[in-house]
Amino acid sequence: MGTAVSAEPERARAEDFERTIAADERIEPRDWMPDAYRATLIRQIAQHAHSEIIGMQPEANWITRAPSLRRKAILIAKVQDEAGHGLYLYGAAETLGASRAELLGKLHTGRHKYSSIFNYPTLTWADVGAIGWLVDGAAITNQVPLCRCSYGPYARAMVRICKEESFHQRQGYELLHALARGTGAQRAMAQDAVDRWWWPSLMMFGPPDDASPRTAQSMAWKIKRHTNDELRQRFVDICVPQAEALGLTLPDRDLRWNEERGHWDFGAVDWDEFRAVLAGEGPCNEQRLDQRRRAHEEGAWVREAAAAYAAKHPAGAAR
Amino acid sequence: MSGGDADWPLWEVFVRPRRGLAHTHAGSLHAPDAELALRNARDLFTRRGEGVSLWVVPAAAVTASSPDERDPFFRPAADKPYRHPTFYEVPEGVRHL
Ligand SMILES: [Fe+2]
Ligand SMILES: [Fe+2]
Repeated sequence: MGTAVSAEPERARAEDFERTIAADERIEPRDWMPDAYRATLIRQIAQHAHSEIIGMQPEANWITRAPSLRRKAILIAKVQDEAGHGLYLYGAAETLGASRAELLGKLHTGRHKYSSIFNYPTLTWADVGAIGWLVDGAAITNQVPLCRCSYGPYARAMVRICKEESFHQRQGYELLHALARGTGAQRAMAQDAVDRWWWPSLMMFGPPDDASPRTAQSMAWKIKRHTNDELRQRFVDICVPQAEALGLTLPDRDLRWNEERGHWDFGAVDWDEFRAVLAGEGPCNEQRLDQRRRAHEEGAWVREAAAAYAAKHPAGAAR
Repeated sequence: MSGGDADWPLWEVFVRPRRGLAHTHAGSLHAPDAELALRNARDLFTRRGEGVSLWVVPAAAVTASSPDERDPFFRPAADKPYRHPTFYEVPEGVRHL
């Protein structure tokens, strides 16, 4: 039966692809797809996967110093989830013909990027709360529409991820809430963390729409469902009342309700800072990549031992 | 980079969410052998009690129907509505049919 398909002319397959997208159905791994669609997805999914695993570092920094056993167990579970998210996403990228080893290689050699947010340091315990609330919160705002992405394996991975992310956000919010009701010093620590993480979190949605040339094509392919600015606005609208409930302020003098728009107006994001951090000039870029490479190299003996064991016991190995 | 995992085979993972339900495909992972594939699958797909049983199958062992999900392979089923109960007309008032 396969011969009938391979004889089908390219144009008919392209039309089939367009029809599937238009009907809001999902593209599956072995469907024909335009090369640019495949390349766009591999780049986006890989960058997303890299962000999940690099994102383990700033929080793992606090595991040994968590203030209680409860907080420590929560933080370990969260960091472990992020490793899982990375694996779901590398798996989704592999269905497009990429190999995980190759994608990791590109991360390690700096040819692939990850989210700029993880190049900021976690200076205090309150940063763990601010990351959960704001960074995971921004990630959720970005990721919920991706559950309806036109590429099936990516959409399915996002469904799993979004389910897990909601605990991440809530534990961060709870942590900040506890600090905000604590001593003056704890309160100040919580406010300082929010002050430092707020703007980098807004940058997580990517450059403004007029400087985001790929958005139109990604939306036509239904990989993206909303523009960067739409999602950023949604996030700001969600966060303002949440900050109020914490009794903390957001570090933006221009933040005010706009009755006409039905949205919160907010100040200008420092896009020069965003570009600088992406270009490698953030406070922790070098440290993050060094740590990632070291973890990979130091794990080599485990991978080699497991492979040697599998070779000795072929009954348990994949044929 | 030394010790790359490029050679570890890919496994497809199936999870039975609870007794009475069939195993369903959850995703895939890399592992050197079946035993580690099972352990990795537990850590990756059942961290919140999502399963009571796991299967791991070497991805290379899966035979798939065709490279296209909308293949003529399945088309013969499309023009046989008489295989569905809704095809048939039944006199008014007849029950349990
Ligand atoms: Fe995540
Ligand atoms: Fe998360």
